[in-house]
Amino acid sequence: MDKFLSWMLPPGASTFVGDIDWIYYLILAVTGVAFVLVEVALVVFLIRYRKRPGRKATYIHGSNRAEVIWTSVTAVVVVIIGLLSAPAWNKIKGREGVPPNAMPIGIEAKQFEWNVTYPGPDGKLGTKDDFTIRGQLHVPVDRPTVAMLTSQDAIHSFFVPSFRIKQDAVPGMHIRVWFQPTKVGEYELGCAELCGLGHYRMRAIVTVHTQADYDRWVAEQGHSVAQR
Amino acid sequence: MATTATGTSAYTYDHGPAHVDDRPFIRKYIFSTDHKIIGIQFLLMSLTFLLLGGTLAMVMRWQLGFPGKPLPGGTLLPETYTNNGVVLPEFYNSAVTMHGTFMVFFAIMPLLVGVFGNYLIPLKIGAPDMAFPRINMASFWTAVPAGLLMLAGFFVEGGSAAAGWTSYAPLSARSDLTGVHLGQIFWCLSLIILGLSSIMGSFNYITTVINMRAPGMNWFRLPLSIWALFVTACLVLLAIPVLSGAAILLLFDQTIGTHFFDPQAGGQPLLWQHLFWFFGHPEVYILILPAMGMASDIIANGARKPIFGYTSMVLAIIAIGFLGWGVWGHHMFQSGMNPTLGTTFMISTLLISVPSAIKTFNWLGTIWQGNITFHVPMLHALAFVSMFVIGGLSGVFMAASPFDIYIHDTYFIVAHLHYVLFGGSLFAIFAAVTYWYPKMFGRMMSPFWGRVHFWLTLVFYNCTFFPMHQLGLHGHMRRIYDPTQYAFLREMQPVNQFISISAFCLFATQLIFAANFIGSWFKGEKAPDNPWLDNGLEWTLPSPPPHGNFATVPTVYRGPYEYSSPHSDLDYLPQNVPMPGGAGAPHPQPAGD
Amino acid sequence: MRRMMLGAAVLAVGVWGCGGSKGDASNGSTGGSSAVAQSGGAAGPTGNATVSGVIHFTGAAPSNPKIDMSQESACQSKYTTPPTDPQYVVKDAKLGNVFVYVDSGAPSGKYTASAPTEIDQSGCLYHPRVFGAVVGQDIIIKNDDNVLHNIKAIPKVNRGFNISQPSAGMTSKRSFSSPEVMVPLECNVHGWMHAYVGVLPHPFFATSDSTGAFAIKNLPAGTYTIKAWHEKLGTQQQTVTVGAGETKTIDFTFSGPKA
Repeated sequence: MDKFLSWMLPPGASTFVGDIDWIYYLILAVTGVAFVLVEVALVVFLIRYRKRPGRKATYIHGSNRAEVIWTSVTAVVVVIIGLLSAPAWNKIKGREGVPPNAMPIGIEAKQFEWNVTYPGPDGKLGTKDDFTIRGQLHVPVDRPTVAMLTSQDAIHSFFVPSFRIKQDAVPGMHIRVWFQPTKVGEYELGCAELCGLGHYRMRAIVTVHTQADYDRWVAEQGHSVAQR
Repeated sequence: MATTATGTSAYTYDHGPAHVDDRPFIRKYIFSTDHKIIGIQFLLMSLTFLLLGGTLAMVMRWQLGFPGKPLPGGTLLPETYTNNGVVLPEFYNSAVTMHGTFMVFFAIMPLLVGVFGNYLIPLKIGAPDMAFPRINMASFWTAVPAGLLMLAGFFVEGGSAAAGWTSYAPLSARSDLTGVHLGQIFWCLSLIILGLSSIMGSFNYITTVINMRAPGMNWFRLPLSIWALFVTACLVLLAIPVLSGAAILLLFDQTIGTHFFDPQAGGQPLLWQHLFWFFGHPEVYILILPAMGMASDIIANGARKPIFGYTSMVLAIIAIGFLGWGVWGHHMFQSGMNPTLGTTFMISTLLISVPSAIKTFNWLGTIWQGNITFHVPMLHALAFVSMFVIGGLSGVFMAASPFDIYIHDTYFIVAHLHYVLFGGSLFAIFAAVTYWYPKMFGRMMSPFWGRVHFWLTLVFYNCTFFPMHQLGLHGHMRRIYDPTQYAFLREMQPVNQFISISAFCLFATQLIFAANFIGSWFKGEKAPDNPWLDNGLEWTLPSPPPHGNFATVPTVYRGPYEYSSPHSDLDYLPQNVPMPGGAGAPHPQPAGD
Repeated sequence: MRRMMLGAAVLAVGVWGCGGSKGDASNGSTGGSSAVAQSGGAAGPTGNATVSGVIHFTGAAPSNPKIDMSQESACQSKYTTPPTDPQYVVKDAKLGNVFVYVDSGAPSGKYTASAPTEIDQSGCLYHPRVFGAVVGQDIIIKNDDNVLHNIKAIPKVNRGFNISQPSAGMTSKRSFSSPEVMVPLECNVHGWMHAYVGVLPHPFFATSDSTGAFAIKNLPAGTYTIKAWHEKLGTQQQTVTVGAGETKTIDFTFSGPKA
């Protein structure tokens, strides 16, 4: 039951986990304090100042000092949250954020499949040894991967919860999305943007290999790849 | 509470000569130009849509809690909706879409703006009616065909619109992607027509508030409900045309082969999102500002205390009205829009939380040292504050763009928006309906059943929507038909079941409200003129007020929140009563500033 | 006064009711369009002549692409050997899955199908892959896989549809109202799944079996243009004249794509 009501984020497996999760816990702490203060004050006031015979409410219209205090405190807190968040945003989504040594792949979303194009043994996209696989994303661990994300039809959204990464795949656009897995294993990739009847089944498996396993896997695929 | 609810006003007035109303039935109740009747017409229409939207939510909750199990009564539905009673993905998507569309455009928005904008503005500012009564009538009778057209989607081939209430293109623009053709067209046409209705309503409200205030009702004596409705009307007037324009472009894409949003022929899908959210974010405030305003009125009344920080409340409403235009991009952080814009929108979005926080603190300040009466509207208004706080705070999470990467399009968003729209707007609507019901219908709603409905709603509401935060934190995507397809969501399925069962109870609880609403119409206790001992001008009139409202134009001497004033032995002092005792009584001021 | 307000409410609800029932009627006619076709008009003339033959295939048979069903275990488990996409059904130089039909010369009477035709989704492939239907004939779509399939028809003349069957045992019924050869069907959950239906105003069509054989039966005497369509290799045509009760043999020969 504690799992169901937990405020903890599920374990992650990419370098973004650290960047994103601490912002969450920071906001959780700030809003948690605000929540408790407001709700406790509300309940205390309701009990303390409930109607009693022969009593009149205090006749006051407000306090400029209180207004200035809570306006400025709130404003300062939210601006600080914004300033603390900005670096992570620029790192993950910024145009300059993609590491230059990232392995390029192509991801083309379509109703209701993820088709991943791998660069083949030469490590370059757009060459003859590229190959495309449906519904499977294979990446090496501890190395950044940058996906050129696009869509054939509707808007889809590339979402790997364990990697804390999400990016819409928009037809007509090629959006670069990068991530660096930190743990070998299998993860789920889902579509997060309503894309039609099969939206809920637009799922794929992300396999994170060691670099050696990944190279072996690429070599195996070379000729025996199934057409989609 | 009983004494307050049924006690008669200490201030009694001569209502003037009996007003003989000899209009024929159809002019009086159907094609009426009386703002009060139009308000009640909107009320009946939007409550019907609220019920329909809620029913669709039950379909979704059934499928999410018990995927693949036949929906009770599902075999009665056409085979395009269910297969052996099992909800089909196409019906699920159409339920998702129409639930959102009904609730936003045909329930919450007309409940707040159509009902209370109409009913309260003339009464509270001391006007005989709206500035343009016939346009007001046209506004309602334009909304009706819009609603019927939206409903008609369910009965045409391919079913209703199924691209979400946000209708993201190109999914919404290309029928081959959804299998829905006519339904999508109806969605666009209906919103274009409804837009006309909203525009007619809003400039009417704006004109009425500016020009028709009673002598002495200057801007800073306006009740906060009227301030909120005024700013809302400005937002409607400016935002709705953007939606209408976007919907017309989408309609062209669907019908005459243009490609505004289809990249295959040079269109741009993000254009739809920019247009939709440029309307859509002000729309979010359209859906909450009137709720804030009416809750302020009711909280001051329940606390028997002047509203705390009236001026900062007004400034906060105006600030929201301006800032609301600069934050639409936070709906599009993950859309592929330039990431530099993301940072800008993150800051503006975080800043818009400031006026909301100011309002919350002022509500707390209002009940502080009050003498709090827990009548049913007050209970709902307090729940509004409490739940709006949760919705407001959860908004900070998604405003921080890096964390939004993770929770965007998950159930965390669903939880947030329902805390604002149900916990916020709908609780305020329940408060407002029970508060002004006696004025509308001349009868009291049952306070007992009101309390039963309130407490059950509060409990089941939180059981339904609170765990959605946890689902979202676990990565549960929105709008998915069957979460058990994902291994990482399968373990959260008990939460989905708990939410579904709570949602069924929540829905059943609303039937209590419906029964109370209808039953009190016939059997309710006769309402006195001023059951809540409120200072507003509408409470000086009989319940219900006659056609034309005020027999003589009232003069306003003070603001609406003079509760527990030392100038009066009673704990309230109506706006139109000269200062008791005569000495130092302020002179009436002319209307306008 | 209160009662009159209620009157307003009842009236408002009444207006809605009308809108609803009107919509209902249009829904009914959609669902029943195939029924109308079945009962409408007298059947067109038939006879007892037959045009039959064999589809030959020359050249090296291209290998069919393998299908990677590893992400769809419910389907993969139905295969013992790795599944392939049966674009070319070639055996002993004979070509299957060729749709052979009377293109012109058929009597102009209105034909109706006495029984529905069926397409089954099993093992994440369509069975049959190539088939024909008379205008208005019910096409029963079945799902034997316990996975989601959607069935999207992409016609150029007819109105398309896009429906889904999330679990095994589900059936749906659709039909086409105008002749169109061929209407592609596809599943978007499984991008490899393709089928083709030839919609004709008459029942004079056949699909070559795995031995390349076909037979168009019950033809009235006359001269016909016979077309043979293959999804990759295009369309060929021949003209044939049959007398009453006669059986004529015509063969078609498709050659494989140049490597």
